[in-house]
Amino acid sequence: MEAAAGGGCGSGPPLLLSEGEQQCYSEIFARCIGAAGGGAGSGPPEAARVPPGTATAAAGPVADLFRASQLSAETLHQITELCGAKRIGYFGPTQFYVALKLIAAAQSGLPVRIESIKCELPLPRFTMSKTDGEIRFGNPAELHGTTVQIPYLISEKNTFKRMDDEDKQQETQSPTMSPLASPPSSPPHYQRVPLSHGYSKLRSSTEQMHPAPYEARQPLVQPEGPSLGGQGTKPPRHQASLIRSFSVEREPQDNSNYPDEPWRITEEQREYYVNQFRSLQPDPSSFISGSVAKNFFTKSKLSIPELSYIWELSDADCDGALTLPEFCAAFHLIVARKNGYPLPEGLPPTLQPEYLQAAFPKPKWECALFDSYSESMPANQQPPDLNRMEKLSIKDMADFPVPTQDVTGDDKQALKSTTDEALPKDMSEDPATPKDSSSLKARPRSRSYSSTSIEEAMKRGEDPPTPPPRPQKTHSRASSLDLNKVFQPSVPATKSGLLPLPPALPPRPCPSQSEQASEAELHPQLNRAPSQAAESSPTKKDVTHSQPPSKPIRRKLRPENQATENQEASTTVGGPASVGAVKPHPTVQKQSSKQKKAIQTAIRKNKEANAVLARLNSELQQQLKEVHQERIALENQLEQLRPVTVL
Amino acid sequence: MAVCVAVIAKENYPLYIRSVPMENELKFHYMVHTSLDVVDEKVSAMGKALVDQRELYLGLLYPTEDYKVYGYVTNSKVKFVMVVDSSNTALRDNEIRSMFRKLHNSYTDVMCNPFYNPGDRIQSRAFDSMVTSMMIQVC
Repeated sequence: MEAAAGGGCGSGPPLLLSEGEQQCYSEIFARCIGAAGGGAGSGPPEAARVPPGTATAAAGPVADLFRASQLSAETLHQITELCGAKRIGYFGPTQFYVALKLIAAAQSGLPVRIESIKCELPLPRFTMSKTDGEIRFGNPAELHGTTVQIPYLISEKNTFKRMDDEDKQQETQSPTMSPLASPPSSPPHYQRVPLSHGYSKLRSSTEQMHPAPYEARQPLVQPEGPSLGGQGTKPPRHQASLIRSFSVEREPQDNSNYPDEPWRITEEQREYYVNQFRSLQPDPSSFISGSVAKNFFTKSKLSIPELSYIWELSDADCDGALTLPEFCAAFHLIVARKNGYPLPEGLPPTLQPEYLQAAFPKPKWECALFDSYSESMPANQQPPDLNRMEKLSIKDMADFPVPTQDVTGDDKQALKSTTDEALPKDMSEDPATPKDSSSLKARPRSRSYSSTSIEEAMKRGEDPPTPPPRPQKTHSRASSLDLNKVFQPSVPATKSGLLPLPPALPPRPCPSQSEQASEAELHPQLNRAPSQAAESSPTKKDVTHSQPPSKPIRRKLRPENQATENQEASTTVGGPASVGAVKPHPTVQKQSSKQKKAIQTAIRKNKEANAVLARLNSELQQQLKEVHQERIALENQLEQLRPVTVL
Repeated sequence: MAVCVAVIAKENYPLYIRSVPMENELKFHYMVHTSLDVVDEKVSAMGKALVDQRELYLGLLYPTEDYKVYGYVTNSKVKFVMVVDSSNTALRDNEIRSMFRKLHNSYTDVMCNPFYNPGDRIQSRAFDSMVTSMMIQVC
């Protein structure tokens, strides 16, 4: 090396490199060559470590490297001149080493002279910005970096030993590829040392200094624990290509965690996704249907083709429904896309359903599991942007419930109340299901009118404020009807009277009691007693009963309401009925009168039914108009908000 | 392998049509278009009573001197038309059937995507890749 340096350096003095310097410089040089000469390959550094005399580093990567040394341009010019590259037009190994040494000198404050490099100098420091470093230098190292990151190595003994050696030598050197392998790389260090960026940078630096061990390590890769499953050996190339594309997009950040693994879901995100899943589908082991998911994801304001593609990626079994891991993957892809990441060509291995299911088993609420995961998972790979966005979003989530609640709460409540009333009409006495479905329907409806900023799109899944207290079970349909209030006091009575007391056959009514009997007939006939005949038999007792008369015709309607309505109707009709009933001669035409009364009461009953139904109809029409008005109001709001939205 | 693959909707407009890139792709489009008549003929010939037993694979629709056109119709009246090179004698009926089956499966996967509106053009990448695998590599 020295001879060559002496020979090739031309006017410069012989270059003396210490062992550490030599290693370091040769590494950097190799990387420059590798980056220049087709960096996508995985050229083992040994191969790239060509004999010094034959290699030249391309100007591009070298320029980037020099820039990363954070020296002034003038200084760099001087250095290039001095080292002889300008003269000969390329960076041969000797020139390169001289340049590096000069950089070290300049960084230590020495003047840029040939004489400076004669003495022992610390290693030059390079703080690469991410984009530069990764694009140029990252290609081979990214690969290695990724091979380290994704599979959490267990066989760290080699690396650790090597790192110890290198640590001593290269402690002061900021790694050129630090961005890439920074946080997630070595699990052993996780377990030992809390992951600090500086330390990780160091580690990555040492790792990158010797990419060779990575390749040796690669076959030794073993997933850490059962959780990481078999995805550990997924082709790192794929990751590298992905990461390369991501890194290009990201802004340079000096001391931050780099997004080497943007497709990995952190614990926090996972919890968020699961909560969203729960809001759509209470059973975590079941799945979300396509339409529900579509409504949900449409709120993210991504374009339909993109959403379609995300669905294609995440719905692995193409069944038109999303299980929990599929949903998490889809959500994560959406989040990533919103943050500007391009969508991958295929589902990343960390988002595969098997991986997700293994990584985050369903009953994931155990602390023990969490501890083991929290060490390895959260500290890693999450791109800071993604993380920050998520944190932001989750914080916004907390903040936003208030404003959105104000904005949409009223609408939601109005919608919900109307849907509440609308739904039970169709269903028989089951308020539980209308509650769920109406709340489900109401929630997306209200959310669709929320604003469209990213944060709100993120928190779109936040659970809506608790719905207004459900109307009473018995009057859920008629909550808007006056009957509710009117017959409120009679509720207990009706409830108690729900049990259709088979009216005990009273003794035959004597003529003197005909009037009373006729009234009584009305009531029992309006009873829920099964047969008309039984009903027609007068039951004086029923008069005193405040029993809910109900009609078999009105089975659809709530029986209590029926009862109350009937009661009301019957009371109004009772008067004329009784009058009419008195007319027929009691003694002689008892039976025929009874029959007539039966017919008449039946007629009256039908009329009452008609009246009640007509009233219901008008009420419903009223509600429909109100809903229409609300809808128009909401649409107006949306129109007003639309020019304000960014996306 | 196929030279041209087309998916025609029930209303006889194309949802997806792709040919091997050659000079006159329009020719394939015309062929597919004319084959629709033959498809309708075959479908109606089976009669309404036989709808249940109607086979999805229609077989050779019509041959030209250079190409052969095969058809397949789904239960929702979506038609798949495939044009193959006549010189490719190694292609047997079973292979054509299997190709149509793959097409059908991919099509149902596209349908399962809730973001796909029936009647839109098919833009699924998975579908594209499947069709590519079936088409001849000309160059």
